[in-house]
Amino acid sequence: MLPVQNQVAVNVRDLVKQFGDFTALRNVSLAIKDNEFFTLLGPSGCGKTTLLRTIAGFEHQDEGEILLFGDSIAGLPANQRPVNTVFQNYALFPHMSVLENVMFGLEMLGSSKAEARPLAHEMLELVRLGEFAHRKPAQLSGGQAQRVALARALAPKPKVLLLDEPLSALDLKLRKAMQLELKALQRETGITFIFVTHDQEEALTMSDRIAVMSAGEIQQLGSPKDIYEHPDNVFVAGFIGETNLLPVSVDEITNGHAHCHLGGGHKVICSAVEGVAVGNDVHISVRPERLRMSAQPSDQQSLPGTVVETVYVGSDVQSYVQLNEGPLLTIRTQNSALGKQAIFALGTQTYVTMETGAARLLQD
Amino acid sequence: MILYAPLVIVTIYSFNDSKSIITWQGFSLRWYFDMFTGPESAKFKVAASNSFIIAIVSATVATTIATLAATAIVRGGAARYRTASLGLLSLPLMVPEIVTAVATLIFFNTIGFSRGLTTIILAHIVFCIPFAYLPIAARMQGIEDTYEQAAMDLYATKRQTFTRILLPLMMPGIISGYLLAFIVSLDDFIITNFVKGAGVETLPTAIFGAVKMGIKPNIMAISTALLLVSVVFVTISYFVAKADNKNK
Ligand SMILES: Nc1ncnc2c1ncn2[C@@H]1O[C@H](COP(=O)(O)OP(=O)(O)O)[C@@H](O)[C@H]1O
Ligand SMILES: [Mg+2]
Repeated sequence: MLPVQNQVAVNVRDLVKQFGDFTALRNVSLAIKDNEFFTLLGPSGCGKTTLLRTIAGFEHQDEGEILLFGDSIAGLPANQRPVNTVFQNYALFPHMSVLENVMFGLEMLGSSKAEARPLAHEMLELVRLGEFAHRKPAQLSGGQAQRVALARALAPKPKVLLLDEPLSALDLKLRKAMQLELKALQRETGITFIFVTHDQEEALTMSDRIAVMSAGEIQQLGSPKDIYEHPDNVFVAGFIGETNLLPVSVDEITNGHAHCHLGGGHKVICSAVEGVAVGNDVHISVRPERLRMSAQPSDQQSLPGTVVETVYVGSDVQSYVQLNEGPLLTIRTQNSALGKQAIFALGTQTYVTMETGAARLLQD
Repeated sequence: MILYAPLVIVTIYSFNDSKSIITWQGFSLRWYFDMFTGPESAKFKVAASNSFIIAIVSATVATTIATLAATAIVRGGAARYRTASLGLLSLPLMVPEIVTAVATLIFFNTIGFSRGLTTIILAHIVFCIPFAYLPIAARMQGIEDTYEQAAMDLYATKRQTFTRILLPLMMPGIISGYLLAFIVSLDDFIITNFVKGAGVETLPTAIFGAVKMGIKPNIMAISTALLLVSVVFVTISYFVAKADNKNK
């Protein structure tokens, strides 16, 4: 028997979904593990909701299959799938009290009101809304409604909880608080969460693993660290966090190292990746916080340039350096480190050094 | 405003303490007491009870049909069927009532149905449906389908989704539709007159019958009472629809 944490909760295989001529999902395959906080991340319109709705049973795939703990759920209508959804607009039943909303799923599963009530109260305590049990949804704030929707979906103890951009309607401060709360809730309940968002920061903060989607396809699947530090392609590198995406030509590949040059002839060495060969014109991605400036060239590869702009962004200072006859680089330096580092005023000649391993070669 | 003048005059003169309908002799409620105790009261009581029975039965049946139709039409099917069925359902609103009346009469004659309370009720059900349907469908269109999806997601069957979620959410539209259908049935004269058969009277046909023999003050009192019922129902219907819009 497999160890519990490695059991696959939701296995999506070669899923294709079309709306008329438009293909919303193209051969999507995913294995989501039990007990995992899994995030579908991608820009608006990339098919996240469609994938979630197909798992929930509100849409039917044209090809492929979905297995829930090993069993195909193709034949099961939405009301027989042991998964629950937190809807983007919450969809709390307006004519029922908060408590009745949370009791609904339990009652539909056959519990009497007397059995459902204490369980629903327990759920409301879990989301810290015990005192609001007898309010109507219209009397709740956005954050409270959000938590009721969560309690309602968790009450029937689903095997998998689907959350479609549940935090997008909340203001920033509340959203940050709810992110932590959701993460804690997932850990406490041990239920597999499939969380949808278009906010990369949110995805990085909350997830065990992330699937980055674009145009109906999975672009990359991995841990937040994987995805941030080792993006596979230009889309992922550009979508997750800020980065310098620089066009390069590959000159030589030796010992797993790719020697490339940027516009202006600046040389860069990075790890070779599969699918990129000598002579290819591709891109590298370098995160702004992994670039350093110095007055003199360091012993590593240092690229000469001129500071053209400096922007104060609170915790960091962001500098823009125009490489000699080359591309423009964005460099982030922590404010607290400023004292130790030379200050580079506008127009100063400087050398930019990449940390080892900072440059990531990308497939297009 | 001038259009309301006859209504105002009838209402005022229904409080006239006089046997004549033109000379004012001071305020009195005698014609309202006469409604219940006067020589014609027995006839009008039967007519009123017929009217209310017909209105209650037809409004109930018409509202039920309209509710089911609205659910099926607004939720199911392609958009063009929606428009087509809306057109079909509101057809009776556009056809002149006299045409409907004649057609209904011919229909009952052809199938050999003897005229009476049943024929009136059947005819009323048919022409009340669009009046009940319009507010219900309007309400239905305002209900997002995520509520139904949320219910299904929480293991409700189609039937439970309808009774526990959709029906309560539609209720303001249903009440509004019911009240309209009720009033339309209660006030109907033309169709009723055609299909009622001998001996069966409703309030409007009884009033018409009485007026043919000269207008007496008790008729004004009865008309005013009928007017009051209509106004109250239409007002309630209006506020039910309006109050609910505010809630959303
Ligand atoms: N019912 C539908 N009919 C036609 N097109 C749809 C339907 N639902 C979604 N789409 C299209 O599929 C694409 C993906 O939609 P969606 O899954 O909602 O994206 P996301 O949730 O990632 O923003 C969009 O281009 C959208 O217009
Ligand atoms: Mg979406």
